[in-house]
Amino acid sequence: MEALPEQAGDPEQAGERAAFEAIVETDQRVEPRDWMPEEYRKTLVRQIAQHAHSEIIGMQPEGNWITRAPSLRRKAILMAKVQDEAGHGLYLYSAAETLGASRGELLDLLHAGRQKYSSIFNYPTLTWADVGAIGWLVDGAAITNQVPLCRCSYGPYARAMVRICKEESFHQRQGFESLYRLSHGSPAQKAMAQDAVDRWWWPSLMMFGPPDDTSEHTAQSMAWRIKRHTNDELRQKFVDMCVPQAEVLGLTLPDPELRWNGERGHYDFGPIDWDELRRVIRGGGPCNRQRLEHRVRAHEEGRWVRDAAVAHAAKAARRGSEPAA
Amino acid sequence: MTRPEPGGTPESLGAAASRAAESASGGPGATPRAGGPAGGPAAGAGRGSAGEWPLWEVFVRARRGLSHNHVGSLHAPDAALALRNARDVYTRRQEGVSIWVVPAAAITASSPEEKDAFFDPAGDKPYRHPTFYDIPEGVQM
Amino acid sequence: MSEREGAQRERGATTAVRPEGRGLDSREERGMTDLVLYTLYLADDALVLAQRLGEWAARAPELEEDVALANIGLDLLGQARPLLAYAGEVEGAGRGEDDLAYLREERDFRNCLLVEQPNGDFAATVVRQLYFSTYQLGLYRALAGSADPTLAAVAAKAAKEVDYHRDHAAGWTVRLGDGTAESHGRMQRAVEALWPYTGELFEADDVLRRLVAAGIAVDPAELRVDWDREVGAVLAEATLDRPEPGWQHTGGRRGVHTEQLGYLLAELQYLHRLHPGARW
Repeated sequence: MEALPEQAGDPEQAGERAAFEAIVETDQRVEPRDWMPEEYRKTLVRQIAQHAHSEIIGMQPEGNWITRAPSLRRKAILMAKVQDEAGHGLYLYSAAETLGASRGELLDLLHAGRQKYSSIFNYPTLTWADVGAIGWLVDGAAITNQVPLCRCSYGPYARAMVRICKEESFHQRQGFESLYRLSHGSPAQKAMAQDAVDRWWWPSLMMFGPPDDTSEHTAQSMAWRIKRHTNDELRQKFVDMCVPQAEVLGLTLPDPELRWNGERGHYDFGPIDWDELRRVIRGGGPCNRQRLEHRVRAHEEGRWVRDAAVAHAAKAARRGSEPAA
Repeated sequence: MTRPEPGGTPESLGAAASRAAESASGGPGATPRAGGPAGGPAAGAGRGSAGEWPLWEVFVRARRGLSHNHVGSLHAPDAALALRNARDVYTRRQEGVSIWVVPAAAITASSPEEKDAFFDPAGDKPYRHPTFYDIPEGVQM
Repeated sequence: MSEREGAQRERGATTAVRPEGRGLDSREERGMTDLVLYTLYLADDALVLAQRLGEWAARAPELEEDVALANIGLDLLGQARPLLAYAGEVEGAGRGEDDLAYLREERDFRNCLLVEQPNGDFAATVVRQLYFSTYQLGLYRALAGSADPTLAAVAAKAAKEVDYHRDHAAGWTVRLGDGTAESHGRMQRAVEALWPYTGELFEADDVLRRLVAAGIAVDPAELRVDWDREVGAVLAEATLDRPEPGWQHTGGRRGVHTEQLGYLLAELQYLHRLHPGARW
């Protein structure tokens, strides 16, 4: 059944819309059973779902290195991190489901290529140092993006973000620590770390999306307090955070135009290759096909398991017994 | 998902899960509600991939003296796995917490804003957002 | 027995003697004490199974299972690490947890053959977990009373975790054994394929005999009856047929493994070995 089209001029609707807008404007939370504009609901479902998809696809590039981690401590840290990402996906699907979508539908859209995930995960983790670089840069960018979302107008999403941010700060510190060990280790380790940073820096900046003047969704999302800062604002904040951290690491960032601008009070940085971002979003990144195929295969191979669990629960209920403990 | 019985006997979790499982495969549970979209409350659990696990809401009490708080939801085929999954996902960093899992379909909700609806005889409302719809083919989300 | 030998025996620190009737000793065994070897049996079981479970990341049949399998893997890794550290400490040759995990070769690993078997499909992973966790739970519960305080402490903590692993495996065995025709078929195949790796869990050797006499180790033969009963009960509830007794694989405790272990170690160890002495 299609969503009921909104009746312009319907007085009850006008009252509900006013109530909704009052909630948003006074920085309160919209909750699942409040009236909300259909566009608000659809935008949120899409944004939360794509955030959830990013978490679970993101398990792949890092999960790759669990079996090859070079110390048992690093193996444990990485297993815990990837596990957290699955958990974050769960929190976010849970939030999206409060808006009337089911997890199954959202996954179907992901698998069909009709919903996206963060383009950063279309890059490969070529060396162990990439795992550290992802922790430092990619999780750093994610945190920069996510902290403001803890105050987003939709209650379940904001609450999921609070839980996620608490866990993500651990991830970023661990990534930074891993890179620090490498950059202060042997020449081979230092070279590995520098190489990883050289490859992950620009894609991390692209995580914040296209520049403000070309971004379609920004204005409405900001009015609805789904988005609290613009792409460029967050990107700048991220750069300002990373430059001193890179100095501590003793690693360079691959941007010859990066320099402090006293007048602006921020770091200037070089031009981003937006063609690359567009190309990767459209499917032309190194790992797009691989990531999606892996995800679809896991889902398909697991189908018999999920079906069996449902069948068993039904059998147990018919017998009047408790299903398996 | 069937509507929760108004004032009826509390159902066992197993039975609720079983009805959820049946409606997940389009079985006898999926009663349309008047004025509502086909599939009724929490119909999200009934669509998408066939055989999808039903939805459970999770409540956690961090320690004695506090109350259970809603922390989120998860999918599980039965109550036992719902509890295990809740422990794994929502309490990974703590010991000694108390967990409740409740089938989402078993929750009846009312909100302060809905002054008229509270006195509506068909007062049962779904816990989650009431406007479900099938996404038509070819629509970009 | 001399006084010195008697004192050594009390501490469980007798030098390992060539196991009777078995030709192929690993090179390290001479000079390695019983206690070190026994601790490695326990540590390597946990380490190798943790490695196998790590392969399930981003592959599980449902997101919740990704979390559950990672939990089990992390618990096992969390058991392996202090056990490896303890083995190195008792050995007294300066080897730490990473030296033992990353620098030993195939013939020096002491895990049972069951845990090195590949993950296969989810059914095979569940069955491997059912067989192993049921054994490991009985083992740790008994080991919590060990005369060695370190082993006793690790076992006491681990027993709580492994109770959970066993419960998870048993639940899935029943769900899948008594689910659909397909799941039942896959489970029955896995039950039979892995059954020949279970006998080894309950074998005794000289190392075990001496340490059992010293009150340090658990006699695995004593775990058999309970294991048979518990696993049998789960299989029955799952409507699965228990395999007939037959030939059982053996050799893991002597470092004679299946072809699987070489590949597993290549993946586990190569990066660490590539950078000798590096800190991570």
